[in-house]
Amino acid sequence: MLEIKNLHVKLAEEDKVILRGLDLTIGAGEVHAIMGPNGSGKSTLSYVLSGRDGYEVTAGSAKLLGEELLEMEPEARAAAGLFLAFQYPVEIPGVGNMTFLRTALNAQRKARGEDEISAGDFLKLVREKAKTLKIDADMLKRPVNVGFSGGEKKRNEILQMAMLEPKMCILDETDSGLDVDAMKLVSDGVNALRDAGRSFLVITHYQRLLDHIKPDVVHIMAAGRIIKTGGPDLALEVENNGYADILAEVL
Amino acid sequence: MAVLQAKADALAARLVGQEPAGQGWLAEARRAALARLAPMGLPGKRDEYWRYTNPTDLTAPEAPRAALFDSKGEPRPFSALDRLKIVFVDGQFDASQSDDLALEGLEISRLSEAGAQAGHWAANLYGVLEARGQSPVERPLAALNTAQAKDGVLIRVTGRPSKPVSLIYLRKSESSDATLHHCIRVETGAELTLLENGPAAARLSKVMEVDLAEGARFHHIRTQGRDHERRAVSHIFARIGARALFKSFTLTANGRLTRNEAFLEILGDDAVAHIAGASMGDGDFHHDDTVFVTHAAERSESRQVFKKVLKNGAVGVFQGKILVKSGAQKTDGYQISQSLLLDDDSQFLAKPELEIYADDVKCSHGSTSGAIDETALYYLRSRGVPLKQAQSLLVLAFLAEAIAEIEDEAIVDDIRDRLEAWLHRHEH
Repeated sequence: MLEIKNLHVKLAEEDKVILRGLDLTIGAGEVHAIMGPNGSGKSTLSYVLSGRDGYEVTAGSAKLLGEELLEMEPEARAAAGLFLAFQYPVEIPGVGNMTFLRTALNAQRKARGEDEISAGDFLKLVREKAKTLKIDADMLKRPVNVGFSGGEKKRNEILQMAMLEPKMCILDETDSGLDVDAMKLVSDGVNALRDAGRSFLVITHYQRLLDHIKPDVVHIMAAGRIIKTGGPDLALEVENNGYADILAEVL
Repeated sequence: MAVLQAKADALAARLVGQEPAGQGWLAEARRAALARLAPMGLPGKRDEYWRYTNPTDLTAPEAPRAALFDSKGEPRPFSALDRLKIVFVDGQFDASQSDDLALEGLEISRLSEAGAQAGHWAANLYGVLEARGQSPVERPLAALNTAQAKDGVLIRVTGRPSKPVSLIYLRKSESSDATLHHCIRVETGAELTLLENGPAAARLSKVMEVDLAEGARFHHIRTQGRDHERRAVSHIFARIGARALFKSFTLTANGRLTRNEAFLEILGDDAVAHIAGASMGDGDFHHDDTVFVTHAAERSESRQVFKKVLKNGAVGVFQGKILVKSGAQKTDGYQISQSLLLDDDSQFLAKPELEIYADDVKCSHGSTSGAIDETALYYLRSRGVPLKQAQSLLVLAFLAEAIAEIEDEAIVDDIRDRLEAWLHRHEH
């Protein structure tokens, strides 16, 4: 599904190297987790993959289903099946949540040469998906993320994911700012989307999220690279002992 | 002295051969306007009130030539709505293109015909609100309009007409210099929706006096035409009675020079006055909203919402004032003026003012200018929305607060379609 090879990235405006030869391969239907200390480059990885400005790829490649992502505009990456659930979802005053969802869905369908969804079908779909995430009609009507609580914003991200049905989902610290109940709700939303044709990359600081969204593979990232890869137990090890032992062992 | 002389000379040049003659209330009102005007002269570049907008093209003896604009057959605003159409071509009423001036709940007459009728209701309105609006700031172009207007409509609303009245201003001449003056009186409990669209003339001066009796409701929506070359100065003078509602929205796309002034006086308790504008300019565009709202009664509410989208050196101006007189307790006044600058060449000049003489009021104002939010743009694109569509969505979002002042959904849709089409034509 996703194949990243020897990815080197620096900040465009300063000479600060963030990713230093990152390799990562995620197969179809797999759930991978990335953990790592602050500043290891986890969020940068998610931004670079989704096409945010401000980063310069100096070497390497990132392919989604064999297509080079790094040469595409952000909207083309989305249409190709990539989705990033933001750590800090963006507020857009003046754009209704429904309008946003429908515009995004239709833009992607159009980019893939499909017909636009009818107003009726869209409404039915969004109501059904919103219900399972406990998103009420008021949240759908309000401007995108404006006045939403932290938990509501994250649920709204998952709603977008459910509507857009991407193939490769990246969750960037989706657990940050969530209470226990909200984390369960969000995790249930994610788990409902797990499918043989859909892969996940879960970026998190805490093992707790991985109790809900059970990963197949856990990676430890430090200083811009994956330094250790293992099974779910690796997350437990980090939770109990911190990163010091792993870092010492590798370096 | 030289400055004053220049103002007087400019006025004299405009008045050559235009001395109001004849009998009747209109001739009297014109003479009174001239008398008001004489000591003012015409506005000059050094006037404080014209600090951000050069009035030269508006005061010159002749209208600057303006090439005609070909809209290539695209539908005009409001064309899908059922409405009573009143058409002016280069500032002259055109009966052949207009509907019958009759609708239940309305009395409509032409200024040029009613001006000689003794006892016409408009005799108590024509030039009266304009004269009230000459203080505390002089508005000489409005007085000049009162002195010279040859055409316009006088609308008295006594009920709730079944459809809006639509004033359509066509332009066929490259040098037309039109002066239109309308009077509107909405009687107690009556309601009117007034639509205006079109460029009107190479140069247009328009005054609209609106008198709202107790509980009257007035909705005004205008689009000023996307004619690139036209120049216009417009004035709205409104007197708003107790529990009355005044709502005005203007869409301005393009135009070399537009100065829209409004002078709204809230004289009755519990009244509401909202005035909003969305304007978009690309290149040689200068748009000025100059608004003065007076609260002289209790528990009244006013909103001024002005949004401008500017690119390629376009200039936007906002001068807005809320005056709360002593005794106007529980006033709720709000004013916002914002510009979205789509490049580094465009300019927004704003002068927001509050003057408050009552101690129990709520007034707020804000003015900002900025670029498109790059983070929001990235967020939209990351969801698959193409760059240009995402930019348009954010521009429309920026204008949303102004558009929200229009109550009628069909009109909102029409305005939004026009904005989208403009954005599409002027993509970055």
